[in-house]
Amino acid sequence: MHVIEAQGLWKTYGKGETEVVALRDVSLRVSRGEVAALLGPSGSGKSSLLTTLGLLQFPDRGSVRIGELEAVIEGRLRVDAARVRRERIGFVFQKANLIPFLNALDNVLVAFEINNRGGREARQRAAALLDYLGLADRLAHMPDELSGGQQQRVAIARALAMEPPVILADEPTAALDGRRSRDVMQLFRRVAHERGTAVVIVTHDHRTLDAFDTVHEMEDGVLRTTPHPSAAPAH
Amino acid sequence: MNLAWRDIRHQGPRFVVTGLGLGLLFAIVLAMGGIYRGMVEDAVLLVNQMGADLWLVQRDTRGPFAERSVVPELLETRARGVQGVQWARGFTTITVQPQHSGRVLRLTLVGLAWPDERGGSLPLSTGRPLLSAHRELIVDRSLGLLPGQTLELGDESFTVVGLGQGLVSSGGDALGFVTQNDLAAIQRHLAPEALRLARSSGAPPADPGISAVLVRVAPGASVESVRARLAQWGDVSVYTTEEQRALLLEGVVDKARRQIGLFRALLAIVSGIVVSLVIFNMTVAKTREIALVKLMGARWTVVVSMILQQSVLLTVLAYAFALVLSQLAFPYFPRRVVVGGGELAGVLGLSMAIALVASTLAIRRALRIPATTILAG
Ligand SMILES: Nc1ncnc2c1ncn2[C@@H]1O[C@H](COP(=O)(O)OP(=O)(O)OP(=O)(O)O)[C@@H](O)[C@H]1O
Ligand SMILES: [Mg+2]
Repeated sequence: MHVIEAQGLWKTYGKGETEVVALRDVSLRVSRGEVAALLGPSGSGKSSLLTTLGLLQFPDRGSVRIGELEAVIEGRLRVDAARVRRERIGFVFQKANLIPFLNALDNVLVAFEINNRGGREARQRAAALLDYLGLADRLAHMPDELSGGQQQRVAIARALAMEPPVILADEPTAALDGRRSRDVMQLFRRVAHERGTAVVIVTHDHRTLDAFDTVHEMEDGVLRTTPHPSAAPAH
Repeated sequence: MNLAWRDIRHQGPRFVVTGLGLGLLFAIVLAMGGIYRGMVEDAVLLVNQMGADLWLVQRDTRGPFAERSVVPELLETRARGVQGVQWARGFTTITVQPQHSGRVLRLTLVGLAWPDERGGSLPLSTGRPLLSAHRELIVDRSLGLLPGQTLELGDESFTVVGLGQGLVSSGGDALGFVTQNDLAAIQRHLAPEALRLARSSGAPPADPGISAVLVRVAPGASVESVRARLAQWGDVSVYTTEEQRALLLEGVVDKARRQIGLFRALLAIVSGIVVSLVIFNMTVAKTREIALVKLMGARWTVVVSMILQQSVLLTVLAYAFALVLSQLAFPYFPRRVVVGGGELAGVLGLSMAIALVASTLAIRRALRIPATTILAG
């Protein structure tokens, strides 16, 4: 059973002169426990696909299924998108986007609070996640007291906190050094394999490609799937 | 975790200073209302203090507070003879500006009907009522005189024996109380010109006259029937104390009320706009955070309660500050500022209403912020 299934997605931005077709008949499936890479040049539509899968925007045509939920059918939203996002999807974006008035630990806790699941246990889990990501001594730091890479790790912890069945990450390791980005990839893999989470990661980092189960390449809004990372073209 | 509270703590002094600024505005709104109420209370204070049921004034005038009214002194005696009258007393006020240790004071003198009236019913903060028919004086303490000090009035020296609390004329001047005889003497001294003219014309020595006669109706007698009897006299107009109060407010206070009312309405509008802008901008400044929690799938109630809590807290802070400020500052205003419970509740209600309207606008905007805002730039 595929955790994410997108079928025939089309997305056009703007009208007339400024019209851009970001997604052209894109179909994608990600299974339980699968870690998928999304590659492609800048402007090829990777973020557009990710936000469409995450129900942050809606395609002009096509459908999106998350688990057993037919979330989007023929471009029309059929569910409470906010609820699906908070219960089923963990997002990591190119920028950390932490809440500036909350410390690192509380930024992770927000994910629990939004689901009305705050409390001591949540606090312990949040602290453990940050600990794993090498931030044990930064729990009480405010975002502006953290480096870019540290902020990004807090954002990753926040996305993983609720153990959602789907993780969508847009260049999560861009701000991290080699060792940290390998750690983060390792974490995503572990989460995928231990909990059956479906993970889609946009990446430019070809060094980490062997950490993925599948590699999808985007070019000018068209998605091409390469089943085995070893077969992916080396740039 | 309360996001509204966390944000406020993070903002720290900025939030507090904003609250204090708004509080200052609210305090001014309160002050305007209080000044008006104080003016009304001051205006009717003397009328209330005199304890009369009926006022006999010069015919076709509206009484001594509205315009010049002169009635013959004999009227007092005539009124006393009317059935159902417990007492009748002359009423005269004059405004004088005596000097005291180099300062020019301004006070309105009222004559007391010695020996029946000695100022015992006046609100005295220190000292005593009059004990002598001559050269004793009760003044409001706002003049800064102390018991035992003397004041030159007319060609005599008066000793301050008692200090009143909040005794002011409808014009806001301090009141002073002497016996009617002393007052007449002071008045004669002040108007020698008028007297000399009257003598040279061969007329009998003119009596400066009194402004009105106050009548207290005997227990058991009806005010209406006494009034009806007095009204038959062709040379006077009769007002009840209630009518006298109404005339006074209509004449003296009405313009000021409209002036203050208008000013206050403008001030309330300005405060409303400022409060709305502050609340709206608080929300605009949080666009990214709001987009972020929406992106994470927060319920709309999370966003709504965050905005509502902050604006209510800001309003309460501002209001509390306005309250404290009014307690501390209003007593030092040159004229009385009377802030009643209704006033306080009204301003609180109004500011809450404004805060809620502004929050509603802010919330509408916040709910329209697309979650994807966070992804751009
Ligand atoms: N909100 C938008 N309005 C108009 N055009 C947009 C919008 N978002 C994206 N586009 C356009 O759609 C195309 C795909 O954008 P997208 O952000 O998906 O690319 P990307 O593959 O994520 O690029 P990058 O690697 O630089 O992040 C681009 O040409 C972009 O200009
Ligand atoms: Mg992108």
